[in-house]
Amino acid sequence: MAQIFHRSSNMIARLSIAGAVILLGALTVILYEIALSPWYTNERVTLQQPVPFSHRHHAGELGIDCRYCHTAVEKSWYAGVPPTQTCMTCHSQIWTNADMLEPVRQSYRTGVSLQWNKLNELPEFVYFNHSIHVAKGIGCTTCHGPIATEPMTYKTGTLYMSWCLECHRDPAKFVRPESEVFNPFYAQPTYGAPVTFEGVKYTDQATLGSVLVKKYQLQTYQYCSTCHR
Amino acid sequence: MDGPDPILGPGQTLSSVTEKISSIVLGRGNTTPGWIFGAFISFCLLMLLNTVITLLAIKGVGIWGINIPVAWGFAITNFVWWIGIGHAGTLISAFLLLLHQKWRTSINRFAEAMTIFAVMCAGMFPLLHMGRPWLFYYLMPYPNPMWLWPQFRSPLVWDVFAVSTYFTVSLLFWFVGLIPDLATLRDRATGKIKKIIYGIFSMGWRGSATHWARYEFASILLAGLATPLVVSVHTVVSFDFTIAIVPGWHSTIFPPYFVAGAIYSGFAMVLTLAIPLRKYYHLQNMVTDRHIDIMAKVMLATGIIVAYSYVMEMFMAFYSANPFERAQFVERMTGQYAVVFWTLITFNLVIPQLLWWQKVRRHQMTVFLISLIVNIGMWLERFVIIVVSLHHEYEPSKWYMFFPTRWDWATFAGTIGMFFLLFYLFIRFLPMISIVEMRTLVHETSETGSHAGLYPVPPEA
Repeated sequence: MAQIFHRSSNMIARLSIAGAVILLGALTVILYEIALSPWYTNERVTLQQPVPFSHRHHAGELGIDCRYCHTAVEKSWYAGVPPTQTCMTCHSQIWTNADMLEPVRQSYRTGVSLQWNKLNELPEFVYFNHSIHVAKGIGCTTCHGPIATEPMTYKTGTLYMSWCLECHRDPAKFVRPESEVFNPFYAQPTYGAPVTFEGVKYTDQATLGSVLVKKYQLQTYQYCSTCHR
Repeated sequence: MDGPDPILGPGQTLSSVTEKISSIVLGRGNTTPGWIFGAFISFCLLMLLNTVITLLAIKGVGIWGINIPVAWGFAITNFVWWIGIGHAGTLISAFLLLLHQKWRTSINRFAEAMTIFAVMCAGMFPLLHMGRPWLFYYLMPYPNPMWLWPQFRSPLVWDVFAVSTYFTVSLLFWFVGLIPDLATLRDRATGKIKKIIYGIFSMGWRGSATHWARYEFASILLAGLATPLVVSVHTVVSFDFTIAIVPGWHSTIFPPYFVAGAIYSGFAMVLTLAIPLRKYYHLQNMVTDRHIDIMAKVMLATGIIVAYSYVMEMFMAFYSANPFERAQFVERMTGQYAVVFWTLITFNLVIPQLLWWQKVRRHQMTVFLISLIVNIGMWLERFVIIVVSLHHEYEPSKWYMFFPTRWDWATFAGTIGMFFLLFYLFIRFLPMISIVEMRTLVHETSETGSHAGLYPVPPEA
């Protein structure tokens, strides 16, 4: 009887067993890496905006407080995007003829709001509240990144649940003194650059964090219904 | 009668066994009108299932009659029913192999196939019941950017592991047993394509002594792995209920009760399949009247355990003096679903008692009808446990009726179609009786001159 298979089939069969294991492993790693990549999460990706607004210029170089524009951040779940009038408090006086600001002036004349493209978009099944976070010593830059150095704004977190849980499981790693919440240049304490809190100098985040967690009574809420209400 | 019937019909030789079994698969003209008709009906039902799943994906589980408080309707009833059916296959193939019961030889192959197809049908229901079956992988612990793991304290997660382990082990066991037979088919096949396909799946089997030694070792190993699954899988399924505090569910009798029920319904299904199969393919010499007789006895024995469980359940409801538990059982017997309950008692407890008589056990049509009745009865049992318990919980505000919609029935009918289509394909393309094991049986029988194995030869008086 003639052979049905070539003698190399034995080797192919054996290799395919190893191949299947490697392929499955590789597929898992690749899918996981894709899920974490900026291509999928839009992390550190800037969007086209009606006016190329620079947080580096306004919050960094000029030192305007975050709350000057994002007025509701201490009172509401939503930090708020400023109305055109807020822009015009300054831009009715300076750069009044800049071409770049024409959409702002047009909005002011017509009363039609500027349509900014949202960067940090949470899904509808998540409840998030800004006010409780800033009230408990979580700074703007903890989530929004080095905003005062960004010429064009981008998001700095994946907004995955793991990203939220990183802090919700151990807030001591991120908490800062309440006085520093709106400081866009705040850096965590190091030996060379300590942070003073209530007259005590702290040289590492672990110590400062554990003090602040007690002081502000931070809760490590991890119930599903904390955010998925 | 003098002495038990043989478990192998007269006049069987090594080559006649091989010829008979493999010709069903390889012979020309075996795609008979009867096969085509049955497979076509099953295919239509499978397409009905496709329709239901599509509709379910679009509209959600609301197409079924489920609602709060009866959130587990037909889907979970069908799940428990199908997974229970699978248990007989594992019992026959693994448990009885370890116990050296020779009569399992001619029925183990299709009983195992039945197990695999039943578990496939069963596995679909929890996934469909989630409403978003495309997120099925949420059930497994896998690395994910949500840092989310299944709730390991929930029996529903244990279920995932129990059922997936069961399916994997059953499939491997079945496949390992098939390898020498596939090689036989490869060698006997005439067409090039058939040779290649059977050749690939026989994995280079040449029948060398090393191959046989490994085959035996792998079979025993897998039988050892599968045997605890006979008991464990339905135990875990019963935990889905007992861990909850619903009256009628929260009971320690459930694990043994469920296992007995599973084997009961499983043997009923084996009989439902075996009786027409052996008649249609003229296999009475291999699946003998004695096989049917033994299986009917197993069914009777497990049926009595199930009956005992029913009685104990009711007794404990009375004896515990728990008003909710008592109300639940009074509701079952006299409430809105009393007809279902009494049908279940008739089908599972009363009618199978006919099997005490050998005349009944030897009458094929009667055994076939009783096996169908037990299948229906066991489905009703799961319906009573799930729906009737849920429809009458603690407070009157939780007393609601469940009415199945046409889509409930369509889903159930669809999985029956899927099961039978797979079974039709199985009997057409794979040997439905193990050639290797039948040849071993023929060899042993002819060697000792008696029907070795089943009964020891009594010493001369």
